[in-house]
Amino acid sequence: MIEPISLVLAGALLAAASGLPGLFMRRANPWAQRIAAALMVLAGLAGIWGSARGIFGPPSTSFELPWPAVGGSLIGLDPLSAFFLIPIFLIASLSSVYGLGYWPQAEKPRTARRLQLFFGLLAGSMVLIALARHALAFLAGWETMALSAFFLVGLEDDRPECRKAGLVFLVAAHASTLALFGFFALWRSASGSFELAPLYGNLAGPAMAVLLGLGLAGFGLKAGFMPLHFWLPGAHAAAPSQASALLSGVVLKMGIYGLARMAWLLPATPAWWGGTLLALGALSGLLGVALALSQHDIKKLLAYHSVENIGIILMGMGLALLGRATGRSELFALGLAGCLLHVWNHALFKSLLFLGAGSAVHATGTRSLDALGGLARRMPWTAALFIAGAVAICGLPPLNGFVSEFLIYLGLFKGLAAGARGAALAVPVLAMIGALALACFVKAAGVAFLGEPRTPEAERAKESPASMIAPMAVLAALCAIIGLAPVLVAPALDAALSCLGAPALGSLAPMRELGIASAATLGLALVLALALARPIARARLAPTWDCGYARPDPRMQYSSSSFARSVNGIFAWAIRAPKEPRKLQGAFPAAERLEAESGDPVLDGALMHSFRGLERLSRFCHRFQRGLAQKYILYILIALMLLALASLPFGQALPFGQAGGPK
Amino acid sequence: MSGLIDPLLIVVLALNLFALGNSRIQSTIRIVAAQGIVLGVTTLLMHESLSLPVILSAAAAIAIKGLLIPAIMIRSLREAGIKREVEPLIGFLPSIVIGAVASGAVLLASRALGAKGAAALVIPASISTVLVGFLILISRYKAISQVLGYLVLENGIYIFGMLLVEAVPLVVEMGMLLDLFVGVFVISIITNHINQAFSSTDTRRLVALKE
Amino acid sequence: MTILGVLVRLAILLACSPLLLGVINKTKALAAGRKGAPLVQPYHDIAKLLRKSLTLSRTTSWVFVAGPIAGLASVIVASMVLPFGPSKAPLAFGGDMILFAYLFGLSRFFTTAAALDTGSAFEGMGASREAFFACLAEPALLLAFLALSARSSSLSLSGMLQSRPGNPDMPFVLVCVGLFIVLLAENCRIPIDDPTTHLELTMIHEAMVLDHGGPLLGLVEYASAMKLLVLESLLARLLFPFGVHGAWLDWAFLALGAVGIAAVIGLLESSMARLKMRRVPYLLTGAILLCGSAFILLAGAA
Repeated sequence: MIEPISLVLAGALLAAASGLPGLFMRRANPWAQRIAAALMVLAGLAGIWGSARGIFGPPSTSFELPWPAVGGSLIGLDPLSAFFLIPIFLIASLSSVYGLGYWPQAEKPRTARRLQLFFGLLAGSMVLIALARHALAFLAGWETMALSAFFLVGLEDDRPECRKAGLVFLVAAHASTLALFGFFALWRSASGSFELAPLYGNLAGPAMAVLLGLGLAGFGLKAGFMPLHFWLPGAHAAAPSQASALLSGVVLKMGIYGLARMAWLLPATPAWWGGTLLALGALSGLLGVALALSQHDIKKLLAYHSVENIGIILMGMGLALLGRATGRSELFALGLAGCLLHVWNHALFKSLLFLGAGSAVHATGTRSLDALGGLARRMPWTAALFIAGAVAICGLPPLNGFVSEFLIYLGLFKGLAAGARGAALAVPVLAMIGALALACFVKAAGVAFLGEPRTPEAERAKESPASMIAPMAVLAALCAIIGLAPVLVAPALDAALSCLGAPALGSLAPMRELGIASAATLGLALVLALALARPIARARLAPTWDCGYARPDPRMQYSSSSFARSVNGIFAWAIRAPKEPRKLQGAFPAAERLEAESGDPVLDGALMHSFRGLERLSRFCHRFQRGLAQKYILYILIALMLLALASLPFGQALPFGQAGGPK
Repeated sequence: MSGLIDPLLIVVLALNLFALGNSRIQSTIRIVAAQGIVLGVTTLLMHESLSLPVILSAAAAIAIKGLLIPAIMIRSLREAGIKREVEPLIGFLPSIVIGAVASGAVLLASRALGAKGAAALVIPASISTVLVGFLILISRYKAISQVLGYLVLENGIYIFGMLLVEAVPLVVEMGMLLDLFVGVFVISIITNHINQAFSSTDTRRLVALKE
Repeated sequence: MTILGVLVRLAILLACSPLLLGVINKTKALAAGRKGAPLVQPYHDIAKLLRKSLTLSRTTSWVFVAGPIAGLASVIVASMVLPFGPSKAPLAFGGDMILFAYLFGLSRFFTTAAALDTGSAFEGMGASREAFFACLAEPALLLAFLALSARSSSLSLSGMLQSRPGNPDMPFVLVCVGLFIVLLAENCRIPIDDPTTHLELTMIHEAMVLDHGGPLLGLVEYASAMKLLVLESLLARLLFPFGVHGAWLDWAFLALGAVGIAAVIGLLESSMARLKMRRVPYLLTGAILLCGSAFILLAGAA
């Protein structure tokens, strides 16, 4: 029997190499893309099979990777790694197939080969990160992931917004790698080697705090929770949709994987660490969804929702670590199960949403919500699948988002009995996050797909080809399966939980009853729909009554900003609302324009300000570097004289150390 | 013979001050050439025994520094049509004063350090020549003048090298001379190009290339 | 519980729910000095609607039909989680209150989406307001559940909704008031929304269902009646001592509680006008604070 880890490695290599054949073909040859998609699907199958066996099999022994320069490296496959590998392979292969219709090589010859190459590299490098058991393998994978993602984000480099987004992404990614360098250096000094294995000894307080802080910064900049999320919206909006699906659905989870691995490496984290993660997760969730509500670019909206969902995942992890530190095993199990299941769920429904949004963008050519509308009757499959994704992301039964949020809620409620009362205050925050997400997705789905088309482009939209619909359908089906039968994923969750030392879910989580409730809801809905089938078939069609309003115009429908206006009022302190335009003056006023684009509080508020200050400082230093060679020689002379004066021992004879020594 | 070394070195120091104060570039070239010749002669005097390599290297030094290099520079001057140096960063008169003060300070300092033997003046002479070379390099604006400063700098280092006169092999000496020659050759060509590009040989204009 | 038992229970609930609407309307009529429509009027109304033929707007898609369907299906499943009188909940489990809250979220999603589907500005307005008020009502509901869970140390609605013997203490009163406000918000009653107004600018729920007609409107009305019954029974279980005396007394308490709360709603509607739209968030925030204080008092004391 082939070892699971070999299957996974084969998958990784196939994925990484999927873009290479295209480099040897002509630019506009569609076969390059088809070969890449086929290789990626093969890689996905191999990888998923290997990971599935890896979850249920015993933890494989580590496997030496030859790297003579650093004295060898290790990779290994344990259930936690396998758990994170499955979304990588699944989303990468499905997005590749999607790309056949969305970014056809014949139509976009300039960028298609680059897209396939870096897409494959991204997938392969993420597998390396998940398998790494040695700091250097981890960092190699991390850096490759960052660079491949950068090239994907800045793919359309003729557009200034893509270039800017790519630059901000690169800065954040490298800041994260820098923090991780510090983390691993400290790890080496604490544990004695670069190998990643749990450290059971007691780490001194400050050393532990610094280690945790560096890990939080490094992994947080990749996971994208507040306030380290500033690069996310621009990057995920600028990349092509299948790349956005991979970035949002999987790359963010590598940050979460890092935090989970850190929890594995340091089994004795203090209680305040769990509490910090819980608080950060709550903040991230709330502000992420509040900022999402104020967006009217569909992809930026989805990107901010990723911030929110990462916040929810972090809440689960924080609860779990809090439980581990205080010895409450049920909090540990429930929180971790909720966190891990939400990792899978988010990968599924966020990719579905990005692919659906990409489909809409592909058909109409615009990302702005206020230019869409009425797509449900022109693109029925896309609309139905997008709405399914929207129901899933709001955490509503009967789909999968509900199950993972339920687990986190249950953990928080159990915390009441277990004494973690402060943590229970996260419950209303989670409830508010859920309600805000509902408002936001009704807005997104409603404004984009329902109602009347607002522009001619929306009117002319046509349904996407099957290569784009099929991956979305697969993802939606998986969401439905996990939602209707959560008992199916319980064994995988138990395996991953045991890897971190948590007890199995068992009777803690009522997966069976959840499945029954979801199935009952869906069943009842179908029964009612059948009962209504005859009246609907015989229904008369007429224009919208609208209380008898005589002349409606599609532009009079509620737009994305008007729908969200009341909620934006509550969160005005976080959203950087656009300035009001000057009032029109005089009897024949000149033309005025109004642009409503809300910036990001962390990026535009804090970071840009500090960078402008840095720029002022460097402009001051610029004075010393004017390009005159003579000035530089003067600096050399001054340096030499200072050296001479310093090394001249007054009162002693020394034949060397004088300016102009022998050549 | 060794008694002549000290006066010759003083001549070199004096030539430094002349080079500092001169605004006509052609005469500065001649001064620096003269300095080179004096130094070549001094080397001959430093050796106790006159073997062929020594004579050869001294002759080469005199020929290149005293004749070839000045010829190249004067030719490029003529092509570029420059006669005088513009008022430098540190004016001519202040340059002389600074040069003189620096030389005096170095002499005093070396007295405190106590160099012995016939070559008592070598070290202070070399340091002050180097400093004067730097001064010219830093403060002059025309490229040719900066090369002259470089030549004076090289002379200063050469003076110091005279201390190690037994140890420096012929090949190294030849190498140093070659360096010098090539540098001056290149700069002379470039001066013409600078003049064509900017209609002046003021190196401050080169800053425009930076941004 | 057997399947037959579940079905019988469901049938009883479905049969009784429109009665509460009738109680509210009768109370309002009596308070205004009129005789008012008979108590069974809502049955006639719903039956009439279900018999009518359907007219659909050309703008709408399947989401329009999914709105009422999701509303009714989710409230029926929510009733399975709640104990009614002596009848135990068929689907009780640890954490079922979260399912309860989120089922209402499901119905809200499809109702608001159906409103946006018509392409009408009025319905969009109603949808926007409904979505906004839900952001404040949901935390209040879950804080109430937190407080009840802390009080009874149980994680299931069946366990939480036992009224503790002894004097009703402050946290209990706060939770009850908070839950009542949430009930008013979820059922779109005065002072949050006015179910009888037909001025588009002042409606929330009524605005969202402007275009639904015939059988769809019948389903909408039925679903709102069921929602009223479910939420009222939840509150009634807190106010009366269930499970202490015999089964018949429990049924009596349930009936008394449901009818009583409906009457109180009717009186409230007769005596107050709807709040100004911009004051409603304050009321809902007040509900959050009430439930939150109850929780903090309970969590701090125990």
